[in-house]
Parts: sequence; C-alpha cells; structure tokens
Amino acid sequence: MAVVAQSSTFSRIFWPTVAWLTAMIFFFPIFWMVFTSFKTDADAVKPEYLFFFTPTFENYLNMTENYDYWRFAINSVITSTFATAFALVVGVPCAYSMAFNPTPATKNILMWMLSTKMLPAAAVLYPMTFLTKNFLGIYDTHFLVIVVLMLINLPIVIWMLFTYFKEIPKEIIEAGKMDGVNTWGEIKDILIPLAWGGVASTALLCFIFCWNEAYWTVRLTTTEAATLSKLIEGNRAPEGLFFGRLSAVSTAAVGPIVVLGWFCQRQLVQGLTFGAVK
Amino acid sequence: MANLNIRDAKKAYGNTEVIHGINLDIEDGEFVVFVGPSGCGKSTLLRMIAGLEDITSGNISIGNEVVNTIAPSKRGVAMVFQTYALYPHMNVFKNMAFGLRQAKMPEDEIEKRVNAAAEVLQITDYLNRTPRALSGGQRQRVAIGRAIVREPKVFLFDEPLSNLDAALRVQTRLEIARLHQSLGTTMIYVTHDQVEAMTLADKIVVLRSGIIEQVGSPVDLYENPGNMFVAGFIGSPKMNFFSSKAFTRSIATIIEGAAHGDIIGIRPEHLRVTTKENAMLSARLELLENLGENVLAHFVSQDDTALIAKLDRLPTEKIGDTMHFTANTNLIHLFDNKTKIRK
Ligand SMILES: Nc1ncnc2c1ncn2[C@@H]1O[C@H](COP(=O)(O)OP(=O)(O)OP(=O)(O)O)[C@@H](O)[C@H]1O
Ligand SMILES: [Mg+2]
Repeated sequence: MAVVAQSSTFSRIFWPTVAWLTAMIFFFPIFWMVFTSFKTDADAVKPEYLFFFTPTFENYLNMTENYDYWRFAINSVITSTFATAFALVVGVPCAYSMAFNPTPATKNILMWMLSTKMLPAAAVLYPMTFLTKNFLGIYDTHFLVIVVLMLINLPIVIWMLFTYFKEIPKEIIEAGKMDGVNTWGEIKDILIPLAWGGVASTALLCFIFCWNEAYWTVRLTTTEAATLSKLIEGNRAPEGLFFGRLSAVSTAAVGPIVVLGWFCQRQLVQGLTFGAVK
Repeated sequence: MANLNIRDAKKAYGNTEVIHGINLDIEDGEFVVFVGPSGCGKSTLLRMIAGLEDITSGNISIGNEVVNTIAPSKRGVAMVFQTYALYPHMNVFKNMAFGLRQAKMPEDEIEKRVNAAAEVLQITDYLNRTPRALSGGQRQRVAIGRAIVREPKVFLFDEPLSNLDAALRVQTRLEIARLHQSLGTTMIYVTHDQVEAMTLADKIVVLRSGIIEQVGSPVDLYENPGNMFVAGFIGSPKMNFFSSKAFTRSIATIIEGAAHGDIIGIRPEHLRVTTKENAMLSARLELLENLGENVLAHFVSQDDTALIAKLDRLPTEKIGDTMHFTANTNLIHLFDNKTKIRK
C-alpha cells in the first residue's frame, strides 16, 4: 500500500477516480433498473425515450393490483426471518462448542461444512424436487423454503460466528465456569453480549442472503410459499420484453433489503471485513 | 478452609502425558507456590485443581472430599487469571457479583460482600466503571476481589503479577501476602519468578516436565536443594556448578568424602575473596556488573568454566587479573555426576 501512503498529487487524484468509476460501473445497472421502472413497457424499449420520458407509476400500481406483490413480499419476510432465526439457534451453540471445546476433528468439520458450499446446487436439483414433491409432500411450503434457506446459509453462519467467538479470550469463559454459570448462561450472559456485534452482523448477512436466494426459492415453490425472487422470475415473461414492469418488480424486490442494508451499514462492513482486517 | 491432597494425579492430552503422577499435601491455610521452567505443567496442575482440566488418573481432594468430577464452582476454589479475565461488558460491581448471583445469593448479602472486598482492595471508587476504564493494577485488584467475595476454601493464582510493571508487581506482591495473613485461607500460586516464590511461600513446589522435583520451605530449598535442578533453579544469580578440576587443590583436601567426578555447586554469594595461599579456586576476572548494593563478578576458572561471584564492593583487580576464592565447606554442595542428586 506504499502507493497510497505517499499521497502524491497523482495518487490523490488517481485512486479516488478509480474508486468512483468502479462504484459507478457497479451502480449503473441498479440505477438503470430503477430508472426504467418508471417507464411504460412500450417506452422502455424505444431509443427515443432513452433518457427523456414521462415518468409513470403505472408499473408499481399494476404490480400490487395484478401480481399480488404483498403476498410475495410477506413470504420473503417470513422465510428469511425464520431461516435466519433457526440458523442462529443452531449456529450459535455449534460455533460456541467448536470455538471453546475444540477436538482434533473441529478443523475438519469446519472445512467439511465449507465444502458443502462447493457442491453445485444444480447437482441435487432433481433429488430435491423429487423428494419434496413426490415423497415428502412439502413442495411449495414455507416450511421447505425456511429449511432450505437455513441449511444453505448455515455453513457461513457457523464460520462467521466461529471467527467472532474465537476472538473472545478462553479465560473469560473459564472465569464464568469458576463463577458457576451453566452452559446456557455462558452463551446468554457472556458469549452473546461479548460477541454482540458479530452475532448481529452474521444475522444481518444471513437475512440478506436468504432474501436474495433465487435458485431454490424459484424451483421449490409455485404460489403458496413463493418469495420475491419468484415474482421477478415470473415477470421475466417468455413472450417478450416487459422491461418497465420487470424493472419495477425488481426494484420493489430489492428495495427493502437495500434499505435494511443502508441502516445497518456499519455492522455489515464490520461483519464482512472482520477476518480480513484483523 | 480446607487441606488439599493430590494423589498420583496424571494429565494427558491425547497420548501425550504432561503431568506424570503428582503427590502433594497442602495444609489448611498454607501459601504454596508452584515454580518451574516454562512448560513444566504449573498451570496445568493448577487448572486440574480448579476443575478447568479434567484429571486423567489419580485423585484431588479438597477438605478430604474427592473433587475429580465436581464442577469448578462447586469445589470451593476461586481463581485469579494471568490475563485477569474480567467480563468486559460488566462494570466492576457486576464482575464481582456475577458468581454470587449465579449462586442465587440474596442481593443485600451480595452488596455487603462486594463492598467489603472493594474496601479491602481500595477499588470502591471504581465500582461503576467497566474494566476497559481501569489500569492494569486496578484490573488485577478487581480480579482478586472477584475471587475474595466467593469466600473460597482455596485461592488459585496463575502468574497474577506477570502483566504488571516492576514497581506495581512488588506492591501487589505485598498486598497478596497481607491478604493471605488476614484471610488465612489456603492459597496456591503459580509463578516462574523465584523472588515471588521465595517471599510469598510457606512451601515451594518445584516442578520440572510434569513431575515434582522437590517440596520444601524457601529456606529449605535454598540451603538443602535435593538435586542440581533445584539448586540451579532457586537462587539468583544461579548457583555455580563446576568439576573438581576447577579447584586449585585436590578436592579430597577440601571436602571430606568427595569423589573425583562429583559436580560441585557454590552459590555466588558464598564465594569469598581470599589470598592465593588460602584459595581453593582461582579464576580470571572477565566482567563486572555493579548493582549498587553489590557487584556481580564474572570469572573464568582455570578449566574454562564460567563462574559468578557476588561481591560486596568493586574489587581493586582489573579485568583479566586472577582472583582467589574460598568458601565455607558447609556451603559447598556436591552432586552425583550421573544422577545429579545431592550427596
Ligand atoms: N490443551 C493442550 N493440549 C496439549 N498440550 C498442552 C495443552 N495445554 C498445555 N499443554 C502442554 O502441557 C505442558 C504444560 O503446560 P503448562 O501450561 O501447564 O505449562 P506452565 O508450566 O504453566 O508454563 P508457563 O510458565 O509457560 O505458563 C506444556 O508442554 C504444554 O505444551
Ligand atoms: Mg502457565
């Protein structure tokens, strides 16, 4: 990082410019999506209306009236919330025991959990669909979506919590043992208050991942438990190019999570860079 | 209050045994110090007593009750950690009260005990602060306070002073000694600082690689070390060890019954400067360290062994000169060359 430290005129101008440009490139599609969502489907594909058009809320009004936006949104909220909650309920004790009572196998278990993320989801698509639809009969239920979302995020949740818990000196937990606190008390009175920031950012990240998950939510639901991902997918109409409508649906789908992320920025950045800057 | 007995206690991590069968009896009210080089198992043994490590085999009993499987908090022991291990998210009062609250003690009794301990340790003014807002010395007091309020039968200290600066270490050492006097509770204290060991202990336990080398009072260990390891470990600077070749006279004329191959040990403070005629040891002066109250003189003997003598004042001899020494024969220790055991 010597280049930054010198802070010559060149680097003072060059690096911020690069940063801004990169940010713009990443932001542009989102901007374009929001922009397009205020055009009618007809206008959206006409080059003469590329920048100058009469803004309309038609797409948004249509969405709530015709496509039942709120049902999808509520499904998203329910599944993401419960999946996150269950992931924490399982993940916290799991990470706790691995951080403070490690066995020779702990490292391997952690690696194994991570390795499950390397399996292409498509590889288990058929068994998953078959089993849930024909065998268990839980296809297109909230239960299924919650379980699936929880399971696919559990490795990351445990890894993050493990990293945070590892930061807590072992002696503090031992002092708790000397003071006579039981395992649940250790978690509730010592571990969670100490790792609160970490637990919160883990929860937040897990929630965001759940919300954004598309592969399984699209394939394992039809109507009952369909989330916003499914709504977007459903508007990617095969017959053609309803860009205005699609943009509005997409905007409305990512909106809540962007707002949430905005308010929790600090937590999130801390959570994402924790291991890296330590 | 209670006595503590350790019988054939062993500890293994997987297949590696680190404590190889310890037998130790500690009387009620005794101040016992575990010393030994790094990695010898002091902390492990202490943690076995605390209940933080389970005992692979053997027994540990407190007040004649075997505690092997009893939870740490139920053993009537309290521990002060080297890193203090205070709860960072609780203020000083809550830190000290935490254990009592776990024991469901009535709130007014908790308050009474915490305030009394805070008074003794002079931390009353900080009761509302979090540990972060305290200095190292204050944190150490809180850690001690947290142990006191539980009114344990045995206090366990694991190198409690090693994170403090030199001046504070001396002061806190005195306070711990005073605390022991006023409470009269059994205390077990781990350190590798032998000044702490000598000044605090009623009984010193010297450990090496998971076994006890010797148990005794500080004076006892100083005067009658059982073997070369203890002799070298207790006392500063270290005892001088050399072979009989270093002597200017035949060893038989110096010490009765000494064999030729024996290792000879004389403490630096027991070497006295003398004339050439009376000398049993002559050595070339290499280096002088003036400590103010005394001088450490480094020598090389005629057979090239490095020696240290503690002198009262700077010698008139210059570096490179030869000096002559003698010592009281009852202050000369003989060790068997093979077994390293004192003869
Ligand atoms: N959890 C563990 N797993 C494996 N070996 C361990 C473990 N804890 C300690 N040991 C080993 O046990 C031996 C004794 O360690 P211990 O911490 O008791 O030494 P110590 O005398 O307290 O040393 P120090 O003065 O450095 O604190 C060491 O060789 C150490 O490597
Ligand atoms: Mg230790």
